[in-house]
Amino acid sequence: MTPARSGPTPVAPPDFGHRTVVLRTAGGRFSVRFGLRSALVTALLAAVALGLAIVALGIGEFTVSVPDVVSALLGHGTGAVHMVVVEWRLPRVLLALLLGAAMGLSGAIFQSLTRNALGSPDIIGFNTGAYTGALVVILLVQGSYLQTSLGALAGGLLTAALVYLFSYKKGIQGFRLIISGIAVSAMLASVNTWLILKASLEQAMSAAVWGAGTLNRVSWDHVLPVALSTLLLATVLLCFGKNLALLEMGDDAARALGVRLEVSRLVLVVAGVALTAMVTAAVGPIAFISLAAPQLARRLVRGPSVSLLPSAAMGAFLLVASDLVAQNAFAPTQLPVGVVTVSLGGCYLIWLLAREIRRK
Amino acid sequence: MTAQTMVPGPEVQDPAQAAPPAGLTRTNRVRLLGLAGCIVLLLTALFLSLAVGSKDVPAGVLWNALTAYDGSPDHVVIHDLRLPRTVMGLLVGIALGLSGALIQAMTRNPLADPGILGVNAGAGFFVVLGVAVFGISSINEYIWFSFGGAVAATLGVYALGSSGRGDSAPLRLTLAGVAVGAVLGGITSGITLLRPQVFQAMRYWGAGTLAERDGDMVSTVAPFILVGTAIALALARPLNAVALGEDTARSLGAKVGTTRLWTVVAVTLLCGAATAAAGPIGFVGLMIPHVARWIVGPDQRWIFVYTLALSPVLLLASDVLGRIIIRPAEMQVGIVTAFVGAPVLIWLIRRRKVSGL
Repeated sequence: MTPARSGPTPVAPPDFGHRTVVLRTAGGRFSVRFGLRSALVTALLAAVALGLAIVALGIGEFTVSVPDVVSALLGHGTGAVHMVVVEWRLPRVLLALLLGAAMGLSGAIFQSLTRNALGSPDIIGFNTGAYTGALVVILLVQGSYLQTSLGALAGGLLTAALVYLFSYKKGIQGFRLIISGIAVSAMLASVNTWLILKASLEQAMSAAVWGAGTLNRVSWDHVLPVALSTLLLATVLLCFGKNLALLEMGDDAARALGVRLEVSRLVLVVAGVALTAMVTAAVGPIAFISLAAPQLARRLVRGPSVSLLPSAAMGAFLLVASDLVAQNAFAPTQLPVGVVTVSLGGCYLIWLLAREIRRK
Repeated sequence: MTAQTMVPGPEVQDPAQAAPPAGLTRTNRVRLLGLAGCIVLLLTALFLSLAVGSKDVPAGVLWNALTAYDGSPDHVVIHDLRLPRTVMGLLVGIALGLSGALIQAMTRNPLADPGILGVNAGAGFFVVLGVAVFGISSINEYIWFSFGGAVAATLGVYALGSSGRGDSAPLRLTLAGVAVGAVLGGITSGITLLRPQVFQAMRYWGAGTLAERDGDMVSTVAPFILVGTAIALALARPLNAVALGEDTARSLGAKVGTTRLWTVVAVTLLCGAATAAAGPIGFVGLMIPHVARWIVGPDQRWIFVYTLALSPVLLLASDVLGRIIIRPAEMQVGIVTAFVGAPVLIWLIRRRKVSGL
């Protein structure tokens, strides 16, 4: 008589090509698996971003040392230090972290969905339309900051709807959407150029400053809506994020693996647009982070394609660093942060590309 | 050994085995007819560009001005203002369209436009430096700064992006172009936002215009554009092979690295000269190659020829429109181009038979 087996035979775990870590709850009901390098890169980037944020809280016309900053954050700060750190600078730094992460996420979503390294929310013409809306408010109506934000939001959403409408013909085909986006963006870019040409020099310059994206006029009023929206969208992405990698394998493979194609794509696109809309409404269209952060994160993680969390961490880091430079490089003149993101992000990308050359 | 074009397509003669149509036209005869139609369109655009403006000139007077110039005011307008402007529009249109076709063929990325190698950003950066540091103000000086910037930026992008191996090479080049373009664009924005008089100069240059271009400027940029066009047409066959992927292209005998190098040279010459002459004009290089491909299919030789014929049509038509919309003032051609081209593009993609990217 053969003795009964004591349990199921252990099976060798599959080889993913990189080290992975699995976390399981006690009963084994919930588990999550992530790549080790990806987790390390995300943690490192987040730590650097937070460190830079704390340093940024201390730098400015009124310098505060790092220990004082930390104690002020923990609630032990005295009068002037508390006012400078918590009331003036903290909202700006918090927004830089949140909005940078939002842009990184949005860029990763679009680059993954379009399978194109140049994919960005602007393929549906959102940023250009937002700029048109803002220009109309600034130049024709001479509106306030809030009205500019609303105008930008309205312009962007209308443009996205228009692009969707033009590309809808018994369903959405990817390339029709892209080409419609290009066409509508180009038309609106022309309108923007015309409006800027026709305005007076001062108006045109202030419009151009908004168009570059600036954190100059943010306050605590902005932080709560941004934080809530980011939380909501992050929850959505938590559920649908893993579908991104599956969608990249092609429609048939994804369907065979149980992904509901139309629902996933729609939710992901709406989430990506919502993230971009939130950033544009809060501080204007900040260029380049949604384009560069996923590519930079991908090169650090050495993954097959863009991934969500590392892109978010990289985006947060890029925006905090850029804001630090924008505020202090040409003091007392403050540059719009969008100008610096473009330059710094580009330099970092060049450095990474150059390093790849030397390694080969 | 020249590359054999092995692109499968509607040139198969046996109807029983005909491949699915890869463009609206199926045979070479139809394509030739279509090309004749495009050339007729081009001649019409040239005629309108000479005849229409703040003062319309009848055809008879136009003919006399070109053949029997006699110094009367109408003849002066045609000879000194509109003829150089028309020729410039023709050259710039060809240059923008061909550089767009080259870039889309080389990077195999349908979102690519000629600015992706950093040409526009480099041109703008050098012009801003010229205005801010050297105080240049005349268009002739702009031309040389702009061209120099375009060449410098493209050299940098090529040095950074050319070490890619295999099918990642176009992606590396694209990313390098995006990176360099971003850095230069950011610095340019920074300078213009800090110096109002530079901002003022740049917002006019940045719109892209064919106005005030005289015969000297035409003869300055024409050699670059003609040489670039010749190189581009010679590259059509190797690019057909490159479109199949790097390994297949090599096994067909195409020299992929050399092709890529010459493509970058041609794009620099064409787009650099066009931007130097007229300022940064977008959309032409992006749209016309797509339209050409939808008409003729994926054969780059036909795409290049159709692009050659159609892109000046778009540019000249936009220029003419810009002259008559707000008479007697003018709207810059860079602004009108998108409004003329975008509706055509959207109409085309809604047709049933258009093939995908």
